[in-house]
Amino acid sequence: MSASTLFLVIAVIAIVGFFVGRHRALATADGSIRRLHSLPQYYGSHVAVLSFAPAVLVLAVWSIAQPLVIGGSVQSQILPSDIPEGRDISLVMTEVRTLADGLSLAVSSGDMTAAEADNAQTFIGDLRDRLGALGVALGGDVRPSVLAAAQSYRSATATGDLIRTVLVLALAGGAFLFAFRQIAPDFRARNTVERAVRVILIGCASIAILTTVGIVLSLIFNTIQFFKLYPWQDFLFGTTWSPSFQGASELGILPLLWGTLYISFVALAVAVPIGLFAAVYLSEYATPRVRAIAKPALEVLAGIPTIVYGLFALLTVGPFLLAAFGEDGVLGVNWMQGGTAVMTAGLVMGIMLIPFVSSLSDDIINSVPQAMRDGSLGLGATKSETIKTVVLPAALPGIVGAILLAASRAIGETMIVVFGAGAAARLDLNPFEAMTTVTAKIVSQLTGDGDFNSPEALVAFALGMTLFIMTLGLNVLALRIVRKYREQYE
Amino acid sequence: MYDDIRLAERTDTMTDVKIAARNVNVHYGDNHAIKDVSVDIGDRAVTSFIGPSGCGKSTFLRCINRMNDTIDICRVTGDIELNGQDINDKSVDPVQLRAKVGMVFQKPNPFPKSIYDNIAYGPRIHGLARNKAELDEIVEKSLRRGAIWDEVKDRLNAPGTGLSGGQQQRLCIARAIATEPEVLLMDEPCSALDPIATAKVEELIDELRQNFSVVIVTHSMQQAARVSQRTAFFHLGHMVEFGETGQIFTNPQDERTESYITGRIG
Ligand SMILES: Nc1ncnc2c1ncn2[C@@H]1O[C@H](COP(=O)(O)OP(=O)(O)OP(=O)(O)O)[C@@H](O)[C@H]1O
Ligand SMILES: [Mg+2]
Repeated sequence: MSASTLFLVIAVIAIVGFFVGRHRALATADGSIRRLHSLPQYYGSHVAVLSFAPAVLVLAVWSIAQPLVIGGSVQSQILPSDIPEGRDISLVMTEVRTLADGLSLAVSSGDMTAAEADNAQTFIGDLRDRLGALGVALGGDVRPSVLAAAQSYRSATATGDLIRTVLVLALAGGAFLFAFRQIAPDFRARNTVERAVRVILIGCASIAILTTVGIVLSLIFNTIQFFKLYPWQDFLFGTTWSPSFQGASELGILPLLWGTLYISFVALAVAVPIGLFAAVYLSEYATPRVRAIAKPALEVLAGIPTIVYGLFALLTVGPFLLAAFGEDGVLGVNWMQGGTAVMTAGLVMGIMLIPFVSSLSDDIINSVPQAMRDGSLGLGATKSETIKTVVLPAALPGIVGAILLAASRAIGETMIVVFGAGAAARLDLNPFEAMTTVTAKIVSQLTGDGDFNSPEALVAFALGMTLFIMTLGLNVLALRIVRKYREQYE
Repeated sequence: MYDDIRLAERTDTMTDVKIAARNVNVHYGDNHAIKDVSVDIGDRAVTSFIGPSGCGKSTFLRCINRMNDTIDICRVTGDIELNGQDINDKSVDPVQLRAKVGMVFQKPNPFPKSIYDNIAYGPRIHGLARNKAELDEIVEKSLRRGAIWDEVKDRLNAPGTGLSGGQQQRLCIARAIATEPEVLLMDEPCSALDPIATAKVEELIDELRQNFSVVIVTHSMQQAARVSQRTAFFHLGHMVEFGETGQIFTNPQDERTESYITGRIG
């Protein structure tokens, strides 16, 4: 049985277990729920959990481990001469697995009899074409040692699968019976369910944490790999960014960092004042009616995908700025050569961040107690004096937190940059010049069809690492500030 | 029971009327919190408001400096005149009104700023000090009058929110008198104070009476008797009885007043 069928069978056993357990619990208590320790459905869940969880766990572990173990044991059958020059044995092992799976497929689709497949070495010359007709693509003609390994692989897998099926089904059935026999009026079924819930929650939390750890580790390892091929001093302090897959690349991060910071700065210069003032208006001046309409309207902005903002930058803001600041522009200053510029991306990114800043700040301003405002108004301060001297200072740490979160979003933004700022890495002060950012360059380094082990591709990980450190730092800072602020009125 | 303070011997010293309220009604949405209240608050005198919890004392107090404007659902009708001028008139700026009619709130509400900045807040926005030295002087004087100077003089830069509840209450009193208001509204200013601090605050009230008019809400009958010249008794949104303090406590006209001061309703 395949893993998915097995899983379905276990699931069915568990569902049946639920109903049987529930029924059985009621029966042992002569139909009176009050004599049971737990409600009947807890007994049902107890049977279901016990028959499901261990069996699925074994199934999962077995299915992951079996190919590794079998692969390791058949590896020795491959002749060293069949391993291509300069390549790893893992490449040949891939071929072994493809071949083994192809043969099984051929048998199950009726293209070969089982006996034919077992004796495939007799028509080894035709093998590639016959499997190719079934959609199994093999790299080259099948070599005898590879076929022999594939055959052992196939038979070992078949045995393994059989053992797996028996084991898993026995486990599910055994657990079912065990749990079923445990049912008695004073058996504490609720506690099993409680434990199961806890395990599920722990599991989800660990998945979240482990993936983060995994991503960070892969970033770190690839970054180290990169620094083995390219000197870190040149990466961190180089002022030229000119990758070329032919070699002799210059991979200095400074122009990219500069572009990132410059564009983010323009974005924040747009978003922070507008967002903050919008928040002050919404929380302090707007009537409840206006607020009920304006706040959701502002938050709609936050739901627009950034690619739409990117198009907006490319098609509207860029040409508009060019018409004003470009050659023959209205202002006659000729500062701008093309529609893509730091200014274009910065403005659009700023618009994107307005709802982010305003809705966070609005929440924070609202959480300043009314008694603070009363105290100030009661002393004869005007509304704006109250806001300026009492409300905003009290909300300031939280607002700074909001701004830092907005900054880390600006730094990580990609699509708006690609469309709005262009792809030229440049160290320049003119905000009407095209520049690019770390994120945009990560995309362009990995979307070509270059070799993934070259420094030109690996540099993407180093760039990602840099970005990660920057945004992580900002987020940690922001969270600490926000947390400190929370304690203030408690 | 209040003989020891010789209430009966007092005479009604009130001369001028500082605040005249006529037929004031307050609604919080559908809740009719103040019903047809008319009161005259004398100049250079202390008026106390007493009554059971929830009867509308704070609400009425907040009408006098229009703090109820800040509550969306609150609607105030009727006339309140300060120095003969209607405070709800369009020509009156509530901001200026509040500078003249200071308030100490029921719950202490120091700003999350330093003790010094808390006190200096009012003088700064109203430009009462020409230089730092004058401001220092105002701050010290106010803290002394608020009976808290000795406790905070060494930590004027510490946050006001870090003080104890009773200290915060006195800080707020000091903050309110720093702007030199003509009328001071005090909502239970001694609710969290020990007898010594209470005595000091009462001393302050007595001193303020020389120049200002003071309205104090209190749950302590003894305190009302000690500090005020006139007393108003509120019950369920009505002002039941208003008169000379000695009169109210020794010879109440209304039986609800009598029940309240003898502890039978509350
Ligand atoms: N902000 C408000 N919104 C709605 N109703 C309010 C508000 N403030 C007070 N009320 C209502 O008005 C009535 C009078 O309240 P008020 O605070 O004036 O009582 P109080 O006499 O000061 O009581 P206490 O002695 O407990 O302070 C109460 O019924 C209260 O529920
Ligand atoms: Mg009150």
